[in-house]
Amino acid sequence: MITRPTAPQHPGSELPAGLYDTDPEALSRLRESLIGAATSAGILDIAYRTLDTPVGTLLLAATDAGVVRVAYEREDHDRVLLRLAERVSPRILLAPGRLDAIARQVSEYFAGARTVFDVPLDFRLSGGFRLGVLEHLRTIRYGTTESYTQVAVATGRPRAVRAVGTACASNPLPIVVPCHRVVRSDGTAGGYIGGPQAKAALLERESAHV
Amino acid sequence: MTREPFERVVDRHGVCVLRVCRAVLGPDDAEDAWSETFLAALRAYPDLPAGANVQAWLVTIAHRKAIDVIRSRGRTPVPTGQPPDGPSAVGVPGASDHQLWADVAALPDRQRQAVAYHYLAGLPHKDVAAILGGSTDAVRRAAADGIRTLRRTYLPLGSGGT
Repeated sequence: MITRPTAPQHPGSELPAGLYDTDPEALSRLRESLIGAATSAGILDIAYRTLDTPVGTLLLAATDAGVVRVAYEREDHDRVLLRLAERVSPRILLAPGRLDAIARQVSEYFAGARTVFDVPLDFRLSGGFRLGVLEHLRTIRYGTTESYTQVAVATGRPRAVRAVGTACASNPLPIVVPCHRVVRSDGTAGGYIGGPQAKAALLERESAHV
Repeated sequence: MTREPFERVVDRHGVCVLRVCRAVLGPDDAEDAWSETFLAALRAYPDLPAGANVQAWLVTIAHRKAIDVIRSRGRTPVPTGQPPDGPSAVGVPGASDHQLWADVAALPDRQRQAVAYHYLAGLPHKDVAAILGGSTDAVRRAAADGIRTLRRTYLPLGSGGT
């Protein structure tokens, strides 16, 4: 219940222990109110939380504009947050309340109760051809798949099959933007940002619920 | 220069800043000062120079916020209520240790601040001098005097017992 001293101890200081004792509940209350104050002031640039799912713990992050990042554990959540700090803003707080809608929808998706995600998305991490690919991926319906070649054709660059693969592999919004629905022409699954097992698990779930 | 997410700054320094605010202001006003400090820090965080000492930066902000609080109440810090009639339960969190906060509050401002920033936050006297103004030697003396007075006046609850 009481946080013991962690501050550097200076020889001979011998401060009364009461000066170090802090109430963890007070601190979590303060952190909670910081989220509220930062939100009102418009300076909470990125809110994030984690969510346990059948394919592991996911990191969900959103800006004011919408969900900006979904990340698998194997991407290393600390590194993902560090990259967001670099590329978007370091004003990042763990603020689960700001991600209620997407968290609920992802849970519903894994429960087989949702086939389409209906939350604002922020595509600022993607541009150019990759963004075009992601926009096309959003049109691939639940329970169906397309080949990398088909996606390349659909995005107007039929010879850019490898670039489509790269765009899928660097999708900042896996699951929500369904890059797992792109498979090889020979019918095998192909690579996936969440790993081959996660891709197989998602495709299996979707075919079971169609 | 990569700046880590602000959440990590709160993880690392939240407790320390709360200790500093309590020592400087007493438990009643400490939480307001903590909130003001971290809100101001979050606002300014993207502009914090690369390689800056985050702890010293936060303590500097907390110092300014504490001064605002002291000015707004127009008097020196006063501890929570009165000392209880008898000894209260030993081992309860510090906020209920009235005598401690009374003794800390009774220190002159500079001594209390020097004790908080040097001993609680662990800043070198040189950094404390930059925050408080005056020479490094002067803040070193202020911190030492504050500690000496506290040792003399403060008898921890339950000392001599258990």
